[in-house]
Amino acid sequence: MKNSLGEIVRGFTSLLTGMRVTLAQSFKPTVTVHYPHESLKMPARFRGHIELVRDPETGQSLCIACKSCEKACPSNCLFVEGLKREGEKRKSPTQFSLDFTKCSLCGSCVEVCPTDALRFTRNYNLAGTDKSAFLYDLLKRLQTEGR
Amino acid sequence: MSLTEPFRLLAFLLGTLAFVGFNAAYLVLVERKGAARIQRRPGPTEVGYAGLLQPIADGIKLLSKQLIVPPGADATLFRVAPVLVLAPALMCLATIPFGESLVARNINVGLVMVFAFGSINVMAIMLGGWASRNKYAIISAARIVSQDVAYEIPMLLVVITLLMITGTMDLQEIVRQQAGGFWNWNLFRLSANPLMPVTFVIFYICMLAETNRAPFDMAEAESELVAGAFTEYAGMGFGVFFMAEYANIVVGCCVATLLFLGGWQSPIGLWPGVFWFLVKMYALVFSVIWIRWTFPRTQFYNLLNLSWKILIPVSLFILLLSAVMIKIFRV
Repeated sequence: MKNSLGEIVRGFTSLLTGMRVTLAQSFKPTVTVHYPHESLKMPARFRGHIELVRDPETGQSLCIACKSCEKACPSNCLFVEGLKREGEKRKSPTQFSLDFTKCSLCGSCVEVCPTDALRFTRNYNLAGTDKSAFLYDLLKRLQTEGR
Repeated sequence: MSLTEPFRLLAFLLGTLAFVGFNAAYLVLVERKGAARIQRRPGPTEVGYAGLLQPIADGIKLLSKQLIVPPGADATLFRVAPVLVLAPALMCLATIPFGESLVARNINVGLVMVFAFGSINVMAIMLGGWASRNKYAIISAARIVSQDVAYEIPMLLVVITLLMITGTMDLQEIVRQQAGGFWNWNLFRLSANPLMPVTFVIFYICMLAETNRAPFDMAEAESELVAGAFTEYAGMGFGVFFMAEYANIVVGCCVATLLFLGGWQSPIGLWPGVFWFLVKMYALVFSVIWIRWTFPRTQFYNLLNLSWKILIPVSLFILLLSAVMIKIFRV
């Protein structure tokens, strides 16, 4: 009798403690980010799809079309073609495309690049109605973004 | 009966309907906002300013959906059940005095009427579950019946205790006896029975269980099961059940306010009026929401154990104690 009464009282006080906790929580500020209206800044090491780095001097890509990234890619999602233009010491890419539907963001291409011509974007707002929306022409992207 | 009597009744009918409809719609929003605050979210914000038009959007969405009667179900009972859940709550409000003179029809056995109609709710949910021809709905309906029967007993025992102390079933008279200040409320009427606050707690727990609210909502258990007895209901059929849940909470909180918290009487003895009734009632409604988002759901066995092993013995003891005290001090 005495034990069970004590149990009731203890149980009841623990219920009140729980209610105090939730009430205290309800007065703290909310942590929600109202996504379409505002969004979080992605951290520096966030891995979006890759993009070509612009050479600050020439305004062109740093890529020398060595195709190391193409070879390093475990899922064969990079396609690089290049040629040596007149008056240039190195090759430059004529095609640099990424099939993002296959990419697993492993970063081998970024790691292997001898001229540091590749980097991750922080782009995560990706949506498309069909597969072709994720076939990126990175060279064209570099050129159009420059303007 | 005077000439204005039909108009008075019509006004009260419309008022009650509007009150229940408004409460049912906006308590859903309050519930969602309350849940969000406790979980540190903002809750609905998109429809209207701060989400204030959300209930209207929800209502339109429910109304635009098809009412599906499952094949082989008892179509009549299936359609009648939601109405039968909501109607008793409306009936109860007819005799609940909101203020000194603001009551649709004061009858001298008002309390009995409230509890009589309150019990129909259980049968209606059972009908809904049974008529659905769905095994989950039937199991859940059976659970609701055993739960509500188990909690009706301590609730009525507590109410009998209160009746012995007040000596009347007239809700207005019960409130009039509590005039003067919060120390005169039945909650603090320790001279009649030193366990009055415990009585209130038992009444409150039973009210939570009767309205199938968390932590006693395993019949519906929306986060785990489909929807219990309402599994087969779609569109506004489900919407009416949903509204009835909130209407029943409002009725339960109204009765708790009248019986224990002094109804429209002011806690400090000044300016009694409808205002105080609403403040107390909505404070209780808020606590119901607060409890829902604090405690996890109990197990079904623990639910029945709580009623049969704790609430009923304790309320019986309180009943006997107050009987003895009345015999000794008031002969």
